[in-house]
Amino acid sequence: MTTEHRAPGGGTIEDIVAVPDNEVALESLSQWQLARRRFRKHRLALIGLFIFGFMVFLAVFGPLIVPFNPMFLPGAIKAGGDQPSLAHLFGTDANGRDVFAMTINGARISVAVGLFSMIIAGVAGVTVGAVAGYFGGWVDNVLMRVVDVLFAIPFLFIILVSSRFFGKGDVLSLVLIFGLLSWPLIARLVRASFLSLREADFVDAARAVGVGDRRIAFRHILPNALGPVIVAMTLLMASNIVLESFVSFLNFGISETQISWGNALANAQGALSFGDWWWAFFPGMAIALTVIAVNFVGDGLRDALDPRSRE
Amino acid sequence: MTVTLDRPASDAPPRADILLDVQDLRTYFHVMDGTVKAVDGVSFSVRRGETLGVVGESGCGKSVTALTIMRLLDIPPAEIASGRILLEGKDILRLPEEQMRHLRGNEIAMIFQEPMSSLNPVFTVGNQISEAVELHLKVKHKEAVERSIEALRLVGIAYPERRIKQYPHELSGGQRQRVMIAMALSCEPKLLIADEPTTALDVTIQAQILELIRSIQQKTGTALMLITHDLGVVAEMVNDVVVMYAGRVVEHGTVDEVLLQPKHPYTEGLLASIPSKGMRGQRLNVIKGAVPNPFNMPKGCNFSPRCPYQFEPCLDLDPHVDEGGGPAAACWLWKQAPGYSIPARLHEAQVRAALRAAEASQVEVSPVLAVEAAEE
Repeated sequence: MTTEHRAPGGGTIEDIVAVPDNEVALESLSQWQLARRRFRKHRLALIGLFIFGFMVFLAVFGPLIVPFNPMFLPGAIKAGGDQPSLAHLFGTDANGRDVFAMTINGARISVAVGLFSMIIAGVAGVTVGAVAGYFGGWVDNVLMRVVDVLFAIPFLFIILVSSRFFGKGDVLSLVLIFGLLSWPLIARLVRASFLSLREADFVDAARAVGVGDRRIAFRHILPNALGPVIVAMTLLMASNIVLESFVSFLNFGISETQISWGNALANAQGALSFGDWWWAFFPGMAIALTVIAVNFVGDGLRDALDPRSRE
Repeated sequence: MTVTLDRPASDAPPRADILLDVQDLRTYFHVMDGTVKAVDGVSFSVRRGETLGVVGESGCGKSVTALTIMRLLDIPPAEIASGRILLEGKDILRLPEEQMRHLRGNEIAMIFQEPMSSLNPVFTVGNQISEAVELHLKVKHKEAVERSIEALRLVGIAYPERRIKQYPHELSGGQRQRVMIAMALSCEPKLLIADEPTTALDVTIQAQILELIRSIQQKTGTALMLITHDLGVVAEMVNDVVVMYAGRVVEHGTVDEVLLQPKHPYTEGLLASIPSKGMRGQRLNVIKGAVPNPFNMPKGCNFSPRCPYQFEPCLDLDPHVDEGGGPAAACWLWKQAPGYSIPARLHEAQVRAALRAAEASQVEVSPVLAVEAAEE
């Protein structure tokens, strides 16, 4: 310990507080950096992230790479289509559409619906939950009753009805419907964290130096509440991808003029009984793979963002 | 014998000398079971640059008083039923929230009990100090960072340039409390409220932190309101003392008056309950009974059920400290109850009994008892 860092008036404080250089020189890691480090050690989550990244890549660039436009009819028009072959890797359907092209193209809509509906639900849910949890009182009461009502109506029913009456079978309306209907889950989660964090000592301390309400809610409390929310959002995305395929399968979702994984499955409805497995198998696998991957990522995030799990 | 003591205020300090004047403050909490009168008619004042100690056991309303001054209580369930809090003559209870926010951290700052949880885990230490600076002083971010480094240096943190980039979880409890102090003092407030700043720290660190607060106070001229239940801390740190019991001030005076000549039996009990070296192997002296149920306060004197000297007026007359330059202890034994005369014999008998017991156990006798015994 050098003597140049003497405290005014005796130096006792400094002597005890001062630590060897090497400790201070240690890299300072924020909670996020620590979380990233923990995430990197989670093998399944890394695999999941890789697969999901690949799906996003396909969604963005896939249609440029695939040689066939799925709406063109490269194969022969015949009942049952063609089995997978070198010319058509995943086979063709009865209209002569290439299933490989359909699967790749379907990624764009399915991933977009999952991703963007998650973002809408996240923004709406976090805002409503934060306001309700931070201010409490009648504000909380009103907002949470709205959430209760949304939870009380059967989810699938509203989705089917609203996509029939408001949806135009396009991606945007489906994203909006999913996003605007799935935020209550996030809102409840955020509200619960805010209710407990509002009483935290560091919030009092921040108020005691004169920090205002909005800054406390969104700058001081929100980062502390974000861990579980991020996990919930990834899981929400997975379930919204499934939901898209389900709704499209029922012909309430994406119109048949476009290709999504759900549409591709709907298209395969009759084919399975004739043994034409490839119509449904490949788009179905794409859905399953993506959802599992996203769930793995969510799992990894859950572990990484939990401050109590120290490696 | 009569102990005549002047209240600090009647020492006639000019009004300009008083930084914070709390008058008849009442803070109630409306909860499901009724109303808790957490602070019930508390008055005291803090003089510029001086230290006021607020003493009392858990739940006596010390912290609520502090939070009321900072206006950090949620209303409802809290209600400030009456009173004035004058900061340099200006009643801060009437300020709009917007102005109050400018006051917090800027003119009145507060240090909390729990350094471990009072810093936000997701921000660096530097971030949190400079936030306070940027909020109140119109300075650029770079200058705020420099001020933060200065503040950390002032509170004895080594290598402040590097420390500001660290996160709270990388610091020890003592270091975090230093950071809290740096944060509180970064805008040079006129009044610092320290709510049991050393309770959560171990003994050696406690002494350092108190020494630090005192040295900074001397350097900056900040007035200090020190809330504690540790009479040792009071003896070392403060000029004036307010003793609180069940939401009320039961005694106040200068530190010498209160510690050397306690007038209220509660203060006396607190002093007697400090363990001392001579007591090895003995049972600790305690004040019998427990703090009264807040929903069901005793009639008369709040302390009467636990008071060894209790006599008739204590049971139905309230000996509340009279704030008009009146007596400094809320006790009928010390001030005359209307229509009653103080039963001197009872008092003396009690004192003698206490002394005998003390002698038998070689307990350090509280000085007032010794004085009275000598005069007999």
